[in-house]
Amino acid sequence: MFKIADKKVLNSAVTSLTVEAPFIAKKAKAGQFVIVRIDEKGERIPLTVSDFDPETGTVTLVIQAVGFTTKKLSAMNKGDFLADVVGPLGLPTEFGSPKKAIVIGGGVGCAIAYPQAKALHNMGADVTVIAGFRSKDIVILEEEMKAVSDRLFITTDDGSYGEKGLVTDVLRRLLDDGGYDLVIAIGPVIMMKFVSLTSKPYGVKTLVSLNPIMIDGTGMCGGCRVRVGGETKFACVDGPDFDGHLVDFDELMRRNSLFREEEAHACRLEEKVNG
Amino acid sequence: MADMTPEKTKMPEQEPTVRNKNFYEVSLGYTAEMAVKEANRCLNCKNRPCVSGCPVNVQIPDFIALVAKGDFEGAYNVISKTNSLPAVCGRVCPQELQCEGKCVRGIKAESVGIGRLERFVADYHREHGEDIKVDIKPNGKKVAVIGAGPAGLTCAGDLARLGYSVTVFEAFHTAGGVLVYGIPEFRLPKKIVASEVEGLKKLGVNIMTDMVIGKVLTVEEIKEMGFEAIFIGSGAGLPMFMGIEGEDALGVYSANEFLTRINLMKAYLDGYDTPIKKTDSVAVVGGGNVAMDASRCAKRLGAKHVYIIYRRSEAEMPARREEVLHAKEEEIEFRFLCNPVRILTDENYRVTGIECIKMQLGEPDASGRRRPEKIEGSEFVIDVDSVIMALGTSPNPLLPNTSKDLAVSPRGCIVVDENMQTSIENVYAGGDSVSGAATVISAMGAGKRAAAAIDEKLSKK
Repeated sequence: MFKIADKKVLNSAVTSLTVEAPFIAKKAKAGQFVIVRIDEKGERIPLTVSDFDPETGTVTLVIQAVGFTTKKLSAMNKGDFLADVVGPLGLPTEFGSPKKAIVIGGGVGCAIAYPQAKALHNMGADVTVIAGFRSKDIVILEEEMKAVSDRLFITTDDGSYGEKGLVTDVLRRLLDDGGYDLVIAIGPVIMMKFVSLTSKPYGVKTLVSLNPIMIDGTGMCGGCRVRVGGETKFACVDGPDFDGHLVDFDELMRRNSLFREEEAHACRLEEKVNG
Repeated sequence: MADMTPEKTKMPEQEPTVRNKNFYEVSLGYTAEMAVKEANRCLNCKNRPCVSGCPVNVQIPDFIALVAKGDFEGAYNVISKTNSLPAVCGRVCPQELQCEGKCVRGIKAESVGIGRLERFVADYHREHGEDIKVDIKPNGKKVAVIGAGPAGLTCAGDLARLGYSVTVFEAFHTAGGVLVYGIPEFRLPKKIVASEVEGLKKLGVNIMTDMVIGKVLTVEEIKEMGFEAIFIGSGAGLPMFMGIEGEDALGVYSANEFLTRINLMKAYLDGYDTPIKKTDSVAVVGGGNVAMDASRCAKRLGAKHVYIIYRRSEAEMPARREEVLHAKEEEIEFRFLCNPVRILTDENYRVTGIECIKMQLGEPDASGRRRPEKIEGSEFVIDVDSVIMALGTSPNPLLPNTSKDLAVSPRGCIVVDENMQTSIENVYAGGDSVSGAATVISAMGAGKRAAAAIDEKLSKK
């Protein structure tokens, strides 16, 4: 059993849970994920580690309430227990030694973009963060991202905060100025797709973090297979980070929709979850 | 004088048309009366060929003689001396290739139902028996076991009985390995696995779940924690795919994924959160026990048509004979001498069919089985909405990838010497992670030999 040591509500749909998991906290690196199961009847879902502290033995998970289990997780409180937290899984992000990096977060993806920016910042790289949201009321982690970046751009779809527009608008502007040697994008698949398409003509290395359907997280089920550069890869063991210029994003979007009907069914149990 | 009835005493089973709609156990087991009758068919012959066929050396004629006398607990004591998971073995061993395959009665008629008797004795003990008090003298030495499957659990049990303090690290949230994620409830009820695991805990074995070794701890770090020896029984969990067109379509699963959703995550039961797709017609590709399990699960989930697609003929099928028979009774449709060419999809990339080519058998290949060859121009389509790939599995590279000194073969199998020691001093391995995908019982045999080798080494220190 894994105790929830702290809970923060970041916005109406996004919650941060800090969980006591000393073995994992000691080993985790930026880019890795854990598999979480709430209780005996729960499903196993992958969540990227947003932060970790080997001193306190905790890992922080940021959850967007989009499906059955993420809604249930968001409704949990400090002092509650999770049945299982397994990890750290996947390969840590291989940053190389970039001098000038752009880190892009889309919505809840900022929770994962943040530790990436932090790691790059600590390596001494010049870090630009672009954080995209639908509107002002769902902006998360602004202060944290500011603290680990040399400059922070916030975009909103409706213009209610920061710049009106998409992260790719800012990205294109920056790449036109030149001098960047790494782009990292974490967010909705569609955003990662367009970030990769935008950066490709500039020839700047672009990493994306994928989060497909999986069960075990150790290479056993093959549910997370993705096409990368024409080869089938398992996101859980070969990723979750991949070269964005090689990922077949359209296939990934299709595969992620596999259980949408079953999910919709499960979501009707919402009253049970929140009640 | 032995009972010379030529056939085995029949074991009661659920009716095929009933059981292919539920997940309860197919075979219902002998009554005490049936067990005694079957035990009386044993000739108790001098040569005991059956024992030589048992990978864990169960003293078969001895336990059967006790069953014949009605001393079922006595029989259990004989079995459990060398077999730590008798209720499991009685159900899933390929007896026709092992003990029963060597039985003298099998020459002229049917062999003695050794598997059925073992199962009866283990079930009798679980339901009626008292815990056998094992006198364990702790020797103060710590051994770690990686993987709580058949190999790891057997190794852990044997070492615990010898007085070692044993910790088992398991990646999943439940101990049992393939016994819980792979083999379905209707063939091996999970409460039986749980009770075998409980038995090990009573011997003092400490089981730590949710520990993916290679990630959360490395082999080296486990050594540094004071474990004097390590046994790796991490199995062969990596699924193979064919590499054909359409294999990434929606509705194509590895058998591992399909079976794990059902067996470990209980997606077929109300109240469990893991989803599973209901399907109308399914093609299962492969001819082993895993293919039989996947097809029979699909049937139980309500599929109207379930096809087994196998590239050789029935005679070459590696599945346990009883499983093939059961699958046929349950209206699984076999398509022998066929091989998939591509998977057909609709505009949403969902599976609509599987295109196969007919095969014929040519000259024997390296495996001694006749090589299947394509019949050009014989392609045909089977309409299905799901495809399950049950082509076999290979050892998971997670551990070797993070333990650079651990030697593996080109096929990814961990290399061991004649004492089952790996390339790292005091680190042993056995089961599917060494042999590649094989049987539960051979993994148990390996766990047993490794436990003996570890004891030999550590007791000299």
